[in-house]
Amino acid sequence: MILAIASGKGGTGKTTLSTNLASYISEKQKVTLADLDVEEPNSGLFLDVEKDLEKDMFKKIPEWKESECILCGKCQEWCKFNCIQVLGDEVMIFPEFCHTCHMCVDLCPGSALSFKDVRMGRLSKSHKGNLTFVESRLNIGEEQAVSLISQTIDYTENYADEDELIIVDAPPGAACPVMEVVDKSDFVILVTEPTPFGLNDLKIAVETMRVLNREFAVVINRYGIGNDDVISYCKAENIDILAKINNDRKLAELYSKGNLLYKHSENLREQLDLIIEKLHLLK
Amino acid sequence: MKEIVVISGKGGTGKTSITASFAKLGAEEIVVADCDVDAADMHLVMSPEVIHTEDYYSGFVAKIDENKCTQCGACIDTCQFDAISPEFNINQYKCEGCSYCSEICPTHAIKMQELCIGQYFISKSRMNNYLIHAKLGIGADNTGKLVAMVKKEARKIAEANNLNTILVDGSPGIGCPVLSSLTGANLVCIVTESSLSGFHDLQRVYEVAKRFKLKACCIINKHDLNTKLTKQIEDYLEKEGIIHLANLPYMANFSDAMVEGKTIVEKENTIHSQLIKDSWQKIKEIVV
Repeated sequence: MILAIASGKGGTGKTTLSTNLASYISEKQKVTLADLDVEEPNSGLFLDVEKDLEKDMFKKIPEWKESECILCGKCQEWCKFNCIQVLGDEVMIFPEFCHTCHMCVDLCPGSALSFKDVRMGRLSKSHKGNLTFVESRLNIGEEQAVSLISQTIDYTENYADEDELIIVDAPPGAACPVMEVVDKSDFVILVTEPTPFGLNDLKIAVETMRVLNREFAVVINRYGIGNDDVISYCKAENIDILAKINNDRKLAELYSKGNLLYKHSENLREQLDLIIEKLHLLK
Repeated sequence: MKEIVVISGKGGTGKTSITASFAKLGAEEIVVADCDVDAADMHLVMSPEVIHTEDYYSGFVAKIDENKCTQCGACIDTCQFDAISPEFNINQYKCEGCSYCSEICPTHAIKMQELCIGQYFISKSRMNNYLIHAKLGIGADNTGKLVAMVKKEARKIAEANNLNTILVDGSPGIGCPVLSSLTGANLVCIVTESSLSGFHDLQRVYEVAKRFKLKACCIINKHDLNTKLTKQIEDYLEKEGIIHLANLPYMANFSDAMVEGKTIVEKENTIHSQLIKDSWQKIKEIVV
Protein backbone atom coordinates (compact mmCIF):
# COMPACT_ATOMS: atom_id res chain seq x y z
CA MET A 1 0.00 0.00 0.00
CA ILE A 2 1.20 3.49 -0.87
CA LEU A 3 0.06 6.14 1.60
CA ALA A 4 0.72 9.70 0.39
CA ILE A 5 1.07 12.61 2.78
CA ALA A 6 0.15 15.77 0.87
CA SER A 7 -1.02 19.33 1.45
CA GLY A 8 -2.18 22.22 -0.67
CA LYS A 9 -0.22 24.78 1.28
CA GLY A 10 3.47 24.38 2.01
CA GLY A 11 4.74 24.38 5.56
CA THR A 12 1.68 22.77 7.17
CA GLY A 13 3.61 19.81 8.59
CA LYS A 14 3.62 17.32 5.73
CA THR A 15 7.23 16.34 6.32
CA THR A 16 6.75 16.30 10.10
CA LEU A 17 3.88 13.85 9.78
CA SER A 18 5.66 11.69 7.18
CA THR A 19 8.87 11.32 9.15
CA ASN A 20 7.22 10.82 12.53
CA LEU A 21 4.61 8.37 11.28
CA ALA A 22 7.19 6.31 9.39
CA SER A 23 9.68 6.23 12.29
CA TYR A 24 6.96 5.42 14.81
CA ILE A 25 5.66 2.54 12.70
CA SER A 26 9.20 1.27 12.14
CA GLU A 27 9.42 0.55 15.86
CA LYS A 28 6.94 -2.24 15.18
CA GLN A 29 7.33 -3.34 11.56
CA LYS A 30 9.11 -2.78 8.25
CA VAL A 31 8.14 0.44 6.49
CA THR A 32 9.53 2.55 3.64
CA LEU A 33 9.41 6.33 3.48
CA ALA A 34 10.03 8.06 0.14
CA ASP A 35 10.58 11.82 -0.03
CA LEU A 36 9.02 12.85 -3.34
CA ASP A 37 9.18 16.57 -2.65
CA VAL A 38 12.12 16.50 -5.05
CA GLU A 39 12.46 20.28 -5.33
CA GLU A 40 12.92 20.71 -1.59
CA PRO A 41 13.50 17.28 -0.04
CA ASN A 42 13.66 17.74 3.73
CA SER A 43 12.62 14.43 5.30
CA GLY A 44 16.23 13.29 5.48
CA LEU A 45 17.08 16.14 7.85
CA PHE A 46 14.97 14.46 10.55
CA LEU A 47 16.11 10.88 10.11
CA ASP A 48 19.28 9.53 11.57
CA VAL A 49 19.74 6.97 8.81
CA GLU A 50 22.68 5.13 7.34
CA LYS A 51 23.20 5.53 3.59
CA ASP A 52 23.18 2.32 1.53
CA LEU A 53 23.48 3.72 -1.96
CA GLU A 54 23.33 6.84 -4.11
CA LYS A 55 22.80 7.02 -7.83
CA ASP A 56 22.30 9.58 -10.56
CA MET A 57 18.87 9.79 -12.13
CA PHE A 58 18.52 10.57 -15.79
CA LYS A 59 16.05 11.73 -18.34
CA LYS A 60 16.28 11.07 -22.04
CA ILE A 61 16.67 13.97 -24.42
CA PRO A 62 17.23 14.04 -28.19
CA GLU A 63 20.71 14.44 -29.59
CA TRP A 64 21.36 15.78 -33.09
CA LYS A 65 23.53 13.98 -35.64
CA GLU A 66 24.50 16.60 -38.18
CA SER A 67 25.66 14.10 -40.81
CA GLU A 68 22.23 12.41 -41.02
CA CYS A 69 20.12 15.59 -40.93
CA ILE A 70 18.34 16.73 -44.06
CA LEU A 71 17.23 19.98 -42.37
CA CYS A 72 13.56 19.33 -43.13
CA GLY A 73 12.51 21.23 -40.00
CA LYS A 74 9.88 18.64 -39.03
CA CYS A 75 11.25 18.22 -35.51
CA GLN A 76 10.83 21.90 -34.75
CA GLU A 77 7.32 21.81 -36.17
CA TRP A 78 6.36 18.76 -34.08
CA CYS A 79 7.79 19.80 -30.74
CA LYS A 80 5.06 21.45 -28.67
CA PHE A 81 7.54 22.39 -25.94
CA ASN A 82 9.86 24.52 -28.10
CA CYS A 83 12.90 22.38 -27.30
CA ILE A 84 14.09 22.22 -30.88
CA GLN A 85 15.04 25.19 -33.02
CA VAL A 86 16.44 24.94 -36.52
CA LEU A 87 18.74 27.90 -37.02
CA GLY A 88 20.30 28.09 -40.49
CA ASP A 89 21.97 24.71 -40.99
CA GLU A 90 22.07 23.86 -37.33
CA VAL A 91 19.54 22.17 -35.02
CA MET A 92 19.63 23.47 -31.45
CA ILE A 93 18.17 21.47 -28.57
CA PHE A 94 17.08 22.95 -25.22
CA PRO A 95 17.02 19.94 -22.89
CA GLU A 96 15.40 21.56 -19.84
CA PHE A 97 12.08 21.95 -21.71
CA CYS A 98 12.01 18.38 -23.08
CA HIS A 99 9.16 16.15 -21.88
CA THR A 100 10.67 13.05 -23.54
CA CYS A 101 7.58 12.43 -25.67
CA HIS A 102 9.74 10.54 -28.22
CA MET A 103 8.06 12.06 -31.28
CA CYS A 104 11.08 13.80 -32.78
CA VAL A 105 13.39 10.81 -32.30
CA ASP A 106 10.87 8.21 -33.54
CA LEU A 107 9.63 10.14 -36.56
CA CYS A 108 12.76 11.96 -37.82
CA PRO A 109 12.88 11.04 -41.54
CA GLY A 110 16.67 11.03 -41.65
CA SER A 111 17.19 9.27 -38.28
CA ALA A 112 19.24 12.28 -37.28
CA LEU A 113 17.91 12.34 -33.72
CA SER A 114 18.67 9.74 -31.09
CA PHE A 115 18.36 9.68 -27.33
CA LYS A 116 21.02 10.48 -24.82
CA ASP A 117 20.75 10.46 -21.06
CA VAL A 118 21.16 13.66 -19.09
CA ARG A 119 21.38 13.84 -15.31
CA MET A 120 18.28 15.35 -13.72
CA GLY A 121 18.84 14.50 -10.10
CA ARG A 122 20.14 12.05 -7.56
CA LEU A 123 18.42 9.25 -5.65
CA SER A 124 19.64 7.86 -2.37
CA LYS A 125 18.50 4.96 -0.26
CA SER A 126 19.28 4.57 3.39
CA HIS A 127 17.96 2.72 6.40
CA LYS A 128 17.69 2.61 10.15
CA GLY A 129 16.36 -0.58 11.70
CA ASN A 130 13.02 -1.39 10.07
CA LEU A 131 12.86 1.93 8.24
CA THR A 132 13.98 2.26 4.63
CA PHE A 133 14.31 5.82 3.38
CA VAL A 134 14.40 6.78 -0.30
CA GLU A 135 15.02 10.37 -1.36
CA SER A 136 15.35 12.03 -4.75
CA ARG A 137 16.77 15.46 -5.22
CA LEU A 138 16.10 17.48 -8.39
CA ASN A 139 19.07 19.30 -9.92
CA ILE A 140 18.87 23.04 -9.45
CA GLY A 141 17.63 24.62 -12.69
CA GLU A 142 15.92 21.43 -13.90
CA GLU A 143 12.28 22.05 -14.78
CA GLN A 144 10.75 18.62 -15.14
CA ALA A 145 10.14 17.22 -11.65
CA VAL A 146 7.48 14.73 -12.76
CA SER A 147 9.82 12.30 -14.47
CA LEU A 148 12.10 12.13 -11.43
CA ILE A 149 9.10 11.58 -9.14
CA SER A 150 7.72 8.84 -11.31
CA GLN A 151 11.10 7.06 -11.53
CA THR A 152 11.51 7.32 -7.76
CA ILE A 153 8.10 5.74 -7.11
CA ASP A 154 8.96 2.88 -9.50
CA TYR A 155 12.29 2.38 -7.76
CA THR A 156 10.66 2.33 -4.32
CA GLU A 157 7.91 -0.08 -5.34
CA ASN A 158 10.44 -2.45 -6.87
CA TYR A 159 12.60 -2.35 -3.82
CA ALA A 160 9.95 -2.69 -1.09
CA ASP A 161 8.37 -6.01 -0.11
CA GLU A 162 5.05 -6.90 -1.75
CA ASP A 163 2.94 -6.16 1.35
CA GLU A 164 5.12 -3.42 2.83
CA LEU A 165 3.65 -0.05 3.75
CA ILE A 166 5.16 2.75 1.66
CA ILE A 167 4.67 6.28 2.96
CA VAL A 168 5.42 9.06 0.50
CA ASP A 169 6.04 12.71 1.30
CA ALA A 170 4.34 14.44 -1.66
CA PRO A 171 5.27 17.80 -3.21
CA PRO A 172 3.07 20.74 -2.15
CA GLY A 173 0.45 22.38 -4.35
CA ALA A 174 -2.08 21.00 -6.82
CA ALA A 175 -0.09 20.92 -10.05
CA CYS A 176 1.49 18.08 -12.05
CA PRO A 177 4.08 16.89 -9.51
CA VAL A 178 1.49 16.19 -6.80
CA MET A 179 -0.94 14.67 -9.33
CA GLU A 180 1.76 12.19 -10.32
CA VAL A 181 2.19 11.10 -6.70
CA VAL A 182 -1.52 10.95 -5.87
CA ASP A 183 -2.24 8.98 -9.02
CA LYS A 184 0.11 6.23 -7.85
CA SER A 185 -1.09 6.21 -4.23
CA ASP A 186 -3.83 4.12 -2.61
CA PHE A 187 -4.77 6.63 0.06
CA VAL A 188 -3.92 10.27 0.71
CA ILE A 189 -3.65 12.16 3.97
CA LEU A 190 -4.05 15.91 3.50
CA VAL A 191 -2.25 17.87 6.20
CA THR A 192 -3.61 21.32 6.90
CA GLU A 193 -3.51 24.00 9.56
CA PRO A 194 -6.64 25.60 11.02
CA THR A 195 -6.13 29.05 9.44
CA PRO A 196 -7.72 30.87 6.48
CA PHE A 197 -4.67 30.13 4.28
CA GLY A 198 -4.74 26.49 5.39
CA LEU A 199 -8.45 26.18 4.59
CA ASN A 200 -8.18 27.87 1.20
CA ASP A 201 -5.39 25.53 0.14
CA LEU A 202 -7.11 22.49 1.65
CA LYS A 203 -10.15 23.18 -0.53
CA ILE A 204 -7.96 23.10 -3.64
CA ALA A 205 -6.32 19.86 -2.47
CA VAL A 206 -9.74 18.28 -1.83
CA GLU A 207 -10.84 19.27 -5.33
CA THR A 208 -7.73 17.54 -6.69
CA MET A 209 -8.50 14.33 -4.76
CA ARG A 210 -12.06 14.32 -6.06
CA VAL A 211 -10.96 14.86 -9.64
CA LEU A 212 -8.58 11.91 -9.30
CA ASN A 213 -11.20 9.91 -7.45
CA ARG A 214 -8.81 9.10 -4.65
CA GLU A 215 -9.69 8.14 -1.09
CA PHE A 216 -8.42 10.72 1.39
CA ALA A 217 -8.75 12.11 4.89
CA VAL A 218 -7.46 15.14 6.76
CA VAL A 219 -4.97 15.65 9.59
CA ILE A 220 -5.00 19.05 11.30
CA ASN A 221 -1.61 20.26 12.48
CA ARG A 222 -0.98 23.17 14.88
CA TYR A 223 -4.41 22.56 16.34
CA GLY A 224 -5.28 25.45 18.63
CA ILE A 225 -4.19 28.34 16.43
CA GLY A 226 -6.52 30.12 14.00
CA ASN A 227 -10.19 29.16 14.11
CA ASP A 228 -12.64 26.28 13.65
CA ASP A 229 -13.42 26.87 9.97
CA VAL A 230 -11.39 23.87 8.79
CA ILE A 231 -13.35 21.57 11.10
CA SER A 232 -16.69 23.02 9.97
CA TYR A 233 -15.65 22.65 6.34
CA CYS A 234 -14.66 19.00 6.82
CA LYS A 235 -17.95 18.27 8.58
CA ALA A 236 -19.98 19.92 5.83
CA GLU A 237 -18.07 18.03 3.16
CA ASN A 238 -18.16 14.72 5.01
CA ILE A 239 -14.39 14.51 5.18
CA ASP A 240 -12.89 12.38 7.90
CA ILE A 241 -10.49 14.16 10.27
CA LEU A 242 -8.06 11.44 11.31
CA ALA A 243 -6.11 13.38 13.90
CA LYS A 244 -5.46 16.78 15.43
CA ILE A 245 -1.89 17.55 16.42
CA ASN A 246 -1.64 20.28 19.05
CA ASN A 247 0.27 23.47 18.45
CA ASP A 248 3.22 23.47 20.81
CA ARG A 249 6.18 25.83 20.91
CA LYS A 250 8.37 23.09 22.42
CA LEU A 251 7.72 20.95 19.35
CA ALA A 252 8.51 23.88 17.05
CA GLU A 253 11.87 24.22 18.80
CA LEU A 254 12.63 20.51 18.50
CA TYR A 255 11.57 20.60 14.85
CA SER A 256 13.90 23.51 14.16
CA LYS A 257 16.81 21.38 15.35
CA GLY A 258 15.81 18.51 13.08
CA ASN A 259 14.47 16.23 15.82
CA LEU A 260 11.73 13.66 15.46
CA LEU A 261 8.89 14.81 17.67
CA TYR A 262 6.89 11.75 18.67
CA LYS A 263 9.43 10.73 21.30
CA HIS A 264 8.84 14.04 23.06
CA SER A 265 5.08 14.41 22.78
CA GLU A 266 2.39 12.18 24.18
CA ASN A 267 -0.24 14.07 22.22
CA LEU A 268 1.58 13.35 18.96
CA ARG A 269 1.93 9.63 19.81
CA GLU A 270 -1.78 9.45 20.55
CA GLN A 271 -2.63 11.14 17.27
CA LEU A 272 -0.28 8.85 15.32
CA ASP A 273 -1.97 5.86 17.00
CA LEU A 274 -5.33 7.18 15.80
CA ILE A 275 -4.07 7.41 12.22
CA ILE A 276 -2.52 3.93 12.40
CA GLU A 277 -5.70 2.45 13.81
CA LYS A 278 -8.14 4.17 11.46
CA LEU A 279 -6.12 3.31 8.37
CA HIS A 280 -5.12 -0.18 9.57
CA LEU A 281 -1.46 0.49 8.95
CA LEU A 282 -0.16 -2.27 11.20
CA LYS A 283 -0.16 -5.83 9.98
CA MET B 1 10.22 49.86 -13.23
CA LYS B 2 11.38 48.13 -10.04
CA GLU B 3 10.28 44.64 -9.22
CA ILE B 4 10.57 43.18 -5.72
CA VAL B 5 9.99 39.43 -5.48
CA VAL B 6 9.40 37.68 -2.15
CA ILE B 7 10.24 33.97 -2.08
CA SER B 8 10.97 31.34 0.56
CA GLY B 9 11.81 27.96 -0.95
CA LYS B 10 10.06 26.25 1.96
CA GLY B 11 6.37 26.79 2.63
CA GLY B 12 4.99 28.11 5.90
CA THR B 13 7.80 30.52 6.68
CA GLY B 14 5.43 33.52 6.66
CA LYS B 15 6.17 34.65 3.10
CA THR B 16 2.62 35.54 2.14
CA SER B 17 1.78 37.18 5.48
CA ILE B 18 4.87 39.37 5.14
CA THR B 19 4.24 40.16 1.46
CA ALA B 20 0.66 41.17 2.27
CA SER B 21 2.05 43.49 4.95
CA PHE B 22 4.38 45.08 2.39
CA ALA B 23 1.35 45.45 0.09
CA LYS B 24 -0.45 47.33 2.85
CA LEU B 25 2.57 49.57 3.49
CA GLY B 26 3.16 50.24 -0.22
CA ALA B 27 -0.55 51.08 -0.67
CA GLU B 28 -1.41 52.98 -3.86
CA GLU B 29 2.24 53.46 -4.81
CA ILE B 30 2.69 49.85 -5.89
CA VAL B 31 1.13 47.12 -8.01
CA VAL B 32 0.91 43.68 -6.36
CA ALA B 33 1.24 40.36 -8.21
CA ASP B 34 0.40 37.05 -6.54
CA CYS B 35 2.61 34.58 -8.39
CA ASP B 36 2.09 31.77 -5.90
CA VAL B 37 -0.57 30.52 -8.32
CA ASP B 38 -0.53 26.98 -6.92
CA ALA B 39 -1.64 28.16 -3.48
CA ALA B 40 -2.76 31.73 -4.01
CA ASP B 41 -3.64 33.24 -0.64
CA MET B 42 -2.96 36.97 -0.94
CA HIS B 43 -6.59 37.65 -1.83
CA LEU B 44 -7.67 36.34 1.59
CA VAL B 45 -6.15 39.37 3.32
CA MET B 46 -6.30 41.91 0.49
CA SER B 47 -10.07 41.63 -0.20
CA PRO B 48 -9.78 42.31 -3.91
CA GLU B 49 -12.66 43.53 -6.01
CA VAL B 50 -12.25 41.89 -9.37
CA ILE B 51 -12.30 44.34 -12.28
CA HIS B 52 -11.34 41.98 -15.05
CA THR B 53 -11.18 38.18 -15.45
CA GLU B 54 -9.48 36.32 -18.26
CA ASP B 55 -9.19 32.63 -19.06
CA TYR B 56 -5.65 31.53 -19.62
CA TYR B 57 -4.87 29.01 -22.33
CA SER B 58 -1.59 27.22 -22.53
CA GLY B 59 -0.57 23.92 -23.99
CA PHE B 60 -2.78 21.30 -25.59
CA VAL B 61 -4.75 18.19 -24.80
CA ALA B 62 -5.57 15.37 -27.21
CA LYS B 63 -9.17 14.62 -28.16
CA ILE B 64 -10.31 11.48 -30.00
CA ASP B 65 -13.12 11.65 -32.52
CA GLU B 66 -15.03 8.40 -31.87
CA ASN B 67 -16.50 8.39 -35.35
CA LYS B 68 -13.10 8.37 -37.01
CA CYS B 69 -11.30 6.12 -34.51
CA THR B 70 -10.78 2.50 -35.62
CA GLN B 71 -9.36 1.50 -32.22
CA CYS B 72 -6.13 0.32 -33.84
CA GLY B 73 -4.17 1.14 -30.68
CA ALA B 74 -1.30 3.01 -32.36
CA CYS B 75 -1.89 6.00 -30.09
CA ILE B 76 -1.73 3.88 -26.93
CA ASP B 77 1.57 2.40 -28.08
CA THR B 78 3.18 5.75 -28.77
CA CYS B 79 1.98 7.67 -25.71
CA GLN B 80 4.83 8.00 -23.21
CA PHE B 81 2.55 9.37 -20.50
CA ASP B 82 0.06 6.55 -20.18
CA ALA B 83 -2.68 9.04 -20.98
CA ILE B 84 -4.87 6.89 -23.25
CA SER B 85 -6.93 4.12 -21.67
CA PRO B 86 -7.59 0.74 -23.33
CA GLU B 87 -11.11 2.10 -23.97
CA PHE B 88 -9.56 5.01 -25.90
CA ASN B 89 -10.37 7.70 -23.39
CA ILE B 90 -7.86 10.50 -22.88
CA ASN B 91 -6.89 11.26 -19.31
CA GLN B 92 -6.45 15.02 -19.56
CA TYR B 93 -4.41 15.14 -16.36
CA LYS B 94 -1.84 12.75 -17.78
CA CYS B 95 -1.83 14.07 -21.33
CA GLU B 96 1.13 16.43 -21.70
CA GLY B 97 -0.09 17.75 -25.04
CA CYS B 98 2.89 16.55 -27.09
CA SER B 99 0.61 15.66 -30.05
CA TYR B 100 2.56 12.51 -30.94
CA CYS B 101 -0.70 10.48 -31.03
CA SER B 102 -2.38 13.04 -33.24
CA GLU B 103 0.56 12.98 -35.63
CA ILE B 104 0.63 9.19 -36.11
CA CYS B 105 -3.11 8.38 -35.98
CA PRO B 106 -3.75 6.62 -39.32
CA THR B 107 -7.34 7.90 -39.57
CA HIS B 108 -6.58 11.42 -38.27
CA ALA B 109 -9.06 10.85 -35.45
CA ILE B 110 -7.07 12.79 -32.85
CA LYS B 111 -7.06 16.56 -32.71
CA MET B 112 -5.14 18.73 -30.30
CA GLN B 113 -7.23 21.25 -28.38
CA GLU B 114 -5.96 24.32 -26.60
CA LEU B 115 -6.19 23.85 -22.87
CA CYS B 116 -7.57 26.37 -20.42
CA ILE B 117 -5.22 25.98 -17.45
CA GLY B 118 -6.69 28.65 -15.24
CA GLN B 119 -7.84 32.21 -14.92
CA TYR B 120 -6.19 35.44 -13.95
CA PHE B 121 -7.79 38.45 -12.39
CA ILE B 122 -7.06 42.17 -12.29
CA SER B 123 -8.45 43.56 -9.06
CA LYS B 124 -8.42 46.61 -6.87
CA SER B 125 -7.64 45.66 -3.28
CA ARG B 126 -8.84 47.24 -0.05
CA MET B 127 -5.27 48.60 0.25
CA ASN B 128 -5.86 50.91 -2.72
CA ASN B 129 -3.54 49.06 -5.01
CA TYR B 130 -4.05 46.82 -7.98
CA LEU B 131 -3.69 43.10 -7.32
CA ILE B 132 -3.07 40.72 -10.20
CA HIS B 133 -3.81 37.17 -9.10
CA ALA B 134 -4.64 33.85 -10.67
CA LYS B 135 -6.30 30.53 -10.10
CA LEU B 136 -4.59 27.55 -11.62
CA GLY B 137 -6.80 24.69 -12.80
CA ILE B 138 -6.51 21.40 -10.93
CA GLY B 139 -3.49 19.43 -12.03
CA ALA B 140 -2.51 21.96 -14.64
CA ASP B 141 1.00 22.17 -15.98
CA ASN B 142 2.79 25.31 -17.14
CA THR B 143 2.45 27.22 -13.90
CA GLY B 144 5.60 29.01 -15.00
CA LYS B 145 3.68 30.42 -17.95
CA LEU B 146 0.75 31.57 -15.85
CA VAL B 147 3.22 33.23 -13.48
CA ALA B 148 4.83 35.02 -16.43
CA MET B 149 1.37 36.16 -17.57
CA VAL B 150 0.48 37.54 -14.12
CA LYS B 151 3.73 39.49 -14.07
CA LYS B 152 3.20 40.80 -17.58
CA GLU B 153 -0.25 42.11 -16.63
CA ALA B 154 1.19 43.69 -13.49
CA ARG B 155 3.76 45.57 -15.57
CA LYS B 156 1.07 46.77 -17.97
CA ILE B 157 -1.05 48.08 -15.11
CA ALA B 158 1.96 49.77 -13.53
CA GLU B 159 2.86 51.51 -16.77
CA ALA B 160 -0.69 52.63 -17.44
CA ASN B 161 -0.91 54.15 -13.96
CA ASN B 162 2.57 55.66 -13.83
CA LEU B 163 3.62 53.44 -10.96
CA ASN B 164 7.18 52.20 -10.78
CA THR B 165 7.14 49.45 -8.17
CA ILE B 166 5.77 45.93 -8.48
CA LEU B 167 5.63 43.68 -5.44
CA VAL B 168 5.49 39.96 -6.21
CA ASP B 169 4.48 37.11 -3.91
CA GLY B 170 6.72 34.51 -5.51
CA SER B 171 6.21 30.82 -6.07
CA PRO B 172 7.52 28.10 -3.75
CA GLY B 173 10.12 25.49 -4.63
CA ILE B 174 13.03 25.81 -7.03
CA GLY B 175 11.39 24.74 -10.32
CA CYS B 176 9.75 26.50 -13.27
CA PRO B 177 7.33 28.77 -11.41
CA VAL B 178 9.99 30.32 -9.19
CA LEU B 179 12.25 30.85 -12.21
CA SER B 180 9.37 32.72 -13.87
CA SER B 181 8.77 34.70 -10.68
CA LEU B 182 12.38 35.87 -10.61
CA THR B 183 12.69 36.76 -14.30
CA GLY B 184 13.01 40.52 -14.65
CA ALA B 185 13.19 41.18 -10.91
CA ASN B 186 15.40 43.86 -9.32
CA LEU B 187 15.42 42.60 -5.77
CA VAL B 188 14.65 39.26 -4.20
CA CYS B 189 13.54 39.13 -0.59
CA ILE B 190 13.85 35.66 0.93
CA VAL B 191 11.70 34.86 3.97
CA THR B 192 13.24 31.97 5.86
CA GLU B 193 12.70 30.48 9.29
CA SER B 194 15.14 29.34 11.92
CA SER B 195 14.82 25.62 11.33
CA LEU B 196 17.07 23.12 9.58
CA SER B 197 14.50 22.76 6.79
CA GLY B 198 14.16 26.52 6.45
CA PHE B 199 17.93 27.00 6.19
CA HIS B 200 18.30 24.06 3.79
CA ASP B 201 15.66 25.48 1.45
CA LEU B 202 17.04 29.01 1.76
CA GLN B 203 20.36 27.76 0.40
CA ARG B 204 18.73 25.82 -2.43
CA VAL B 205 16.49 28.67 -3.53
CA TYR B 206 19.34 31.19 -3.29
CA GLU B 207 21.34 29.01 -5.70
CA VAL B 208 18.48 29.63 -8.15
CA ALA B 209 18.27 33.36 -7.41
CA LYS B 210 22.04 33.75 -7.88
CA ARG B 211 21.69 32.84 -11.55
CA PHE B 212 19.70 36.02 -12.06
CA LYS B 213 22.49 38.10 -10.47
CA LEU B 214 19.92 39.88 -8.30
CA LYS B 215 20.35 41.94 -5.20
CA ALA B 216 19.06 39.85 -2.34
CA CYS B 217 17.79 40.49 1.17
CA CYS B 218 16.44 38.20 3.84
CA ILE B 219 14.07 38.10 6.80
CA ILE B 220 14.58 35.35 9.38
CA ASN B 221 11.23 34.42 10.91
CA LYS B 222 10.90 32.53 14.23
CA HIS B 223 14.54 33.44 14.95
CA ASP B 224 14.22 32.60 18.66
CA LEU B 225 13.24 28.96 18.05
CA ASN B 226 16.85 28.07 17.51
CA THR B 227 19.29 30.89 18.27
CA LYS B 228 22.35 28.81 17.38
CA LEU B 229 20.98 28.11 13.92
CA THR B 230 19.90 31.72 13.49
CA LYS B 231 23.54 32.70 14.00
CA GLN B 232 24.55 30.21 11.29
CA ILE B 233 21.96 31.64 8.92
CA GLU B 234 23.22 35.17 9.65
CA ASP B 235 26.78 34.05 8.88
CA TYR B 236 25.59 32.49 5.64
CA LEU B 237 23.83 35.74 4.65
CA GLU B 238 26.97 37.74 5.31
CA LYS B 239 29.15 35.34 3.36
CA GLU B 240 26.79 35.44 0.36
CA GLY B 241 26.35 39.22 0.48
CA ILE B 242 22.63 38.96 1.24
CA ILE B 243 21.30 41.98 3.14
CA HIS B 244 19.84 40.91 6.49
CA LEU B 245 16.63 42.89 7.04
CA ALA B 246 15.20 41.61 10.30
CA ASN B 247 14.75 38.78 12.76
CA LEU B 248 11.11 38.15 13.69
CA PRO B 249 10.34 36.29 16.92
CA TYR B 250 8.18 33.16 16.98
CA MET B 251 4.60 34.09 17.64
CA ALA B 252 1.97 31.44 18.17
CA ASN B 253 -0.72 33.93 17.22
CA PHE B 254 0.88 34.91 13.87
CA SER B 255 -2.36 33.61 12.43
CA ASP B 256 -4.63 35.87 14.50
CA ALA B 257 -4.29 38.70 12.00
CA MET B 258 -5.02 36.23 9.20
CA VAL B 259 -8.20 35.07 10.91
CA GLU B 260 -9.36 38.68 11.09
CA GLY B 261 -8.52 39.13 7.41
CA LYS B 262 -5.79 41.58 8.31
CA THR B 263 -2.08 41.85 7.71
CA ILE B 264 0.46 41.73 10.54
CA VAL B 265 1.23 45.45 10.25
CA GLU B 266 -2.41 46.25 10.91
CA LYS B 267 -1.99 44.82 14.39
CA GLU B 268 -0.52 48.02 15.80
CA ASN B 269 2.11 48.18 18.53
CA THR B 270 3.42 44.68 18.08
CA ILE B 271 7.10 43.96 17.65
CA HIS B 272 6.32 42.25 14.33
CA SER B 273 4.52 45.29 13.01
CA GLN B 274 7.50 47.57 13.70
CA LEU B 275 10.10 45.14 12.31
CA ILE B 276 8.14 44.67 9.09
CA LYS B 277 7.71 48.44 8.68
CA ASP B 278 11.47 48.88 9.10
CA SER B 279 12.12 46.09 6.59
CA TRP B 280 9.86 47.70 3.98
CA GLN B 281 11.65 51.02 4.50
CA LYS B 282 15.02 49.31 3.91
CA ILE B 283 13.71 47.54 0.81
CA LYS B 284 12.58 50.86 -0.65
CA GLU B 285 16.04 52.30 -0.01
CA ILE B 286 17.72 49.31 -1.68
CA VAL B 287 15.69 49.41 -4.88
CA VAL B 288 15.85 53.16 -5.44
